[in-house]
Amino acid sequence: MAVATQDTAVRTGRITRTFIYVVLIFFACFYLLPFFIMMVNSVKPLPEITGGNMMALPKEPTIAPWLSAWSTAQIGVEATGLKPYFLNSILMVVPAVAISTVLGALNGYILTKWRFRGDTILFGLMLFSCFIPFQIVLIPMARILGILGLASTIPGLILVHVVYGIGFATLYFRNYYAAVPTELVRSAQIDGAGFFQIFWRIMLPLSGPITIVCIIWQFTNIWNDFLFGASFAGSNPPMTVALNNLVQSSTGVKEYNVHFAGAILAALPTLLVYIVAGRYFVRGLMAGSVKG
Amino acid sequence: MSFLNIDNVTKAYGNVEVLHRVDIAVEEGEFLVLVGPSGCGKSTLLNMIAGLENISGGTISIKDRVVNDVHPSKRNIAMVFQSYALYPNMTVGQNITFGMEMHKIPKPERDRKLAEVAKLLQIEQLLARKPGQLSGGQRQRVAMGRALVRDPDVFLFDEPLSNLDAKLRVDMRTEIKKLHQNLGTTIVYVTHDQIEALTLSTRIAVMNKGYVQQLGTPKEIYDNPANMFVASFMGSPSMNLLPSKLVDHNGALAAELSDSNGAAVRLPLSQQGASLRAHLNKNVILGIRPEAITDAEGADKRAQNLQPLRNMVSVTEPAGSDTFVTMSLSGKDCVARMRADADARPRQDFDFTVNMDKAVLFDPQTEERIDQ
Amino acid sequence: MASVHSTAEPDFRTKLQDWLPKLVLSPSVAAMVVFVYGFIVYTIYLSFTDSKMLPSYDWVGFKNYATLFGLSAWSTALVNLAVFASLYIVICMAIGLLLAIFLDQKIRGESVLRPIYLYPMALSFIVTGTAWKWFLDPGIGLEHTMQLWGWESFKFGWIKDRNMAIYTLVIAAVWQSSGFVMAMFLAGLRGIDNEMLKAAQIDGASNWQLYRRIVIPLLRPAFMSAFVILAHLAIKSYDLVIALTGGGPGRATELPATFMYSYTFTRNQMGVGAASAVIMLMGVAAVMVPYIYSELKEKK
Repeated sequence: MAVATQDTAVRTGRITRTFIYVVLIFFACFYLLPFFIMMVNSVKPLPEITGGNMMALPKEPTIAPWLSAWSTAQIGVEATGLKPYFLNSILMVVPAVAISTVLGALNGYILTKWRFRGDTILFGLMLFSCFIPFQIVLIPMARILGILGLASTIPGLILVHVVYGIGFATLYFRNYYAAVPTELVRSAQIDGAGFFQIFWRIMLPLSGPITIVCIIWQFTNIWNDFLFGASFAGSNPPMTVALNNLVQSSTGVKEYNVHFAGAILAALPTLLVYIVAGRYFVRGLMAGSVKG
Repeated sequence: MSFLNIDNVTKAYGNVEVLHRVDIAVEEGEFLVLVGPSGCGKSTLLNMIAGLENISGGTISIKDRVVNDVHPSKRNIAMVFQSYALYPNMTVGQNITFGMEMHKIPKPERDRKLAEVAKLLQIEQLLARKPGQLSGGQRQRVAMGRALVRDPDVFLFDEPLSNLDAKLRVDMRTEIKKLHQNLGTTIVYVTHDQIEALTLSTRIAVMNKGYVQQLGTPKEIYDNPANMFVASFMGSPSMNLLPSKLVDHNGALAAELSDSNGAAVRLPLSQQGASLRAHLNKNVILGIRPEAITDAEGADKRAQNLQPLRNMVSVTEPAGSDTFVTMSLSGKDCVARMRADADARPRQDFDFTVNMDKAVLFDPQTEERIDQ
Repeated sequence: MASVHSTAEPDFRTKLQDWLPKLVLSPSVAAMVVFVYGFIVYTIYLSFTDSKMLPSYDWVGFKNYATLFGLSAWSTALVNLAVFASLYIVICMAIGLLLAIFLDQKIRGESVLRPIYLYPMALSFIVTGTAWKWFLDPGIGLEHTMQLWGWESFKFGWIKDRNMAIYTLVIAAVWQSSGFVMAMFLAGLRGIDNEMLKAAQIDGASNWQLYRRIVIPLLRPAFMSAFVILAHLAIKSYDLVIALTGGGPGRATELPATFMYSYTFTRNQMGVGAASAVIMLMGVAAVMVPYIYSELKEKK
């Protein structure tokens, strides 16, 4: 045959294909545009924004808005920039991700390889806890954090994120370990390995990909959280809350360029993760939606 | 007491009993095969011997020690799994020595035994590889190596050959048999493949629906099946089970069938016992293996009771060494196993010879043997 | 060698091995029982008390629910949620399906396009809200730019318009989530057996018929998953509203999530706030429970 054929069963003519490409590229622009505009305008001096065209490239590029957003912008009552809040987020995210991932791995291991009566119901309850509207726990959580002396503290936020992150972490590891043959565990049992030895020597070395998926998912979720930060962090808020304070502040001139720089700063860690490990990010999204 | 004793063992999940009062005594050096269709309970029984499933009732003892509550690793058993269950993150060498490592056996001793087993199984050149880099047959060897190195009292095999392609399966079968003959180990082997059961075992337990249907040597199982299930499950092609009527034919008992034209055919029986006579003029099932129906030249020369049978051939299937000929008897397809050059042709009558010495009879209701 | 062994009783290590899994699982289970289900029960209880700024334990029956459904702010929030959720779900699915089907046509540059469609999902809703708030601002964003480009009469002031502001929420939310829906549909499409499609073509099906009669029905599980995820995201939507419109203008973009927060923490009507949270939970449960149930049942 002289004509090159497509692999898929579906064949399309030239006009259809052109149309398809036009639509696809249009949507690519739709998704890219807001970020492009933020980027471009974050390096413009303020008059260029208010007086000019948002699509225009900067005439006098400046990194002053970035520096201001990072270290001098007014957040709430203090002119500290976003730097301390960025640090807050880091201090909150790292332990919360680590703890929830470890617990998730152990839970997944137990729920698939050490099954017991009622384990499916237990898992169902854990799964549902991933999806509850967190408004339902805000009031008692605020009280408990107060009682524990963790109100307005980073450890308090870590606790909150671990507690509500276990469900997803367990989901990931359970689904992954379900595909690991149980015979491996049985064989190791006959070889004399115990509960932790099997986990450590057999299961964990197999868990590389799912651990990355889980870490990325937890990182993205916890970094991007706003509700818990706004409710429980008091004067120590994470990045998202600080950004919102910066953008919504009603005093003084609205420094849009600083807002954009701040927004990009807040998005940077998760975007970076997405760019570096997008494949795992997508897998996490899918596993979180199509349970099985 | 015997080496491995399975005494009155049952298994139940909740109220559902899946294994009913199993009694099997295995002597040292025996090769016992548990065979049956999927869901018959054979793997459950094996897992109970291994300690991977709890025993609901009865006792299992190895070397006179009751092991019901003993951890799998302390029963001194080794198991080869269907999927081989090789640890994918470890090298072949580490896989084989993992058990010894867990039992805190010193490294020099581990290395010595590893070398020994690797030599025996001819896998020395594979020791540094990961399981993912091995072929199916190589993995199978490594799995056996992992079992052998433990020097166990009992080897347990859970369908170890079912993941291999047909040719490799035959080779590995021979190899397992050799291993058993050379090492004289005690083996319990689970399979759904009746040929594996017949070729490997010293004794077979045929299982169905949680019951041991028959326990005996391969020859006993093949020649004297206890019931219709065993008769049809063991042997390929399986035994012809033909509805017939027990009649008196010149003072002797005979099975009456109908040929492809519906005309009555009487085949006098070799067995004439009194218990059989009780079924006179009743419906019975005549069981006869394909190789007991031949042409006149191919018949067993030592047979006492050869009966001629003229019937129309419906299909012939040449299979190289043999030709399978199908005819209709009592409304059922009946297969005969002929020499390759037998001159049977479809839709033509043919003179068969039936070796009635090999015929067995079953009660159509209870499906049990009635001629013994 | 004097060896004593083999009692009928399991030894300590064997017994420990039986208990270890449950022991290790127990902290997670305890956390879940207390922090999820315990808290849910507590909030439900509060919704039947006359709690104001602080929790109180004076039982008032269904009074808070009566108050809640009598409040025009709550009715507005519910209507807004209905509008927002239905448009959000339908548009996300339509765009997601369209992009997935188009991307599945052996597109050159698929590996470049796919990440572009999906990256908004990595962003915080606060960032998304900040970007769109500005882009939709008539004085400085799209409207301003179009006018500078010479389209003097161009107007796009939805975000300041009480009747239209809710649709700006839909735009921003669709921007964030539709790429994700695309990824779900694409995974579904890639899972369809090509031979079946070839058979259908040999049967004489056109491309349109192929998709309408065979492919889209086969994507049913992906539709289900997408619906469930989008529906629960819609009910939980909070961050985006705060960042994009702050619930305004007026109460035009108030949703149950923002209502709950303001009644509980700024208006000191904790009982009513708790009642609204309970209603939200019931909404999510109505979607999630059957889904989780069927998913877990299938696996058995």
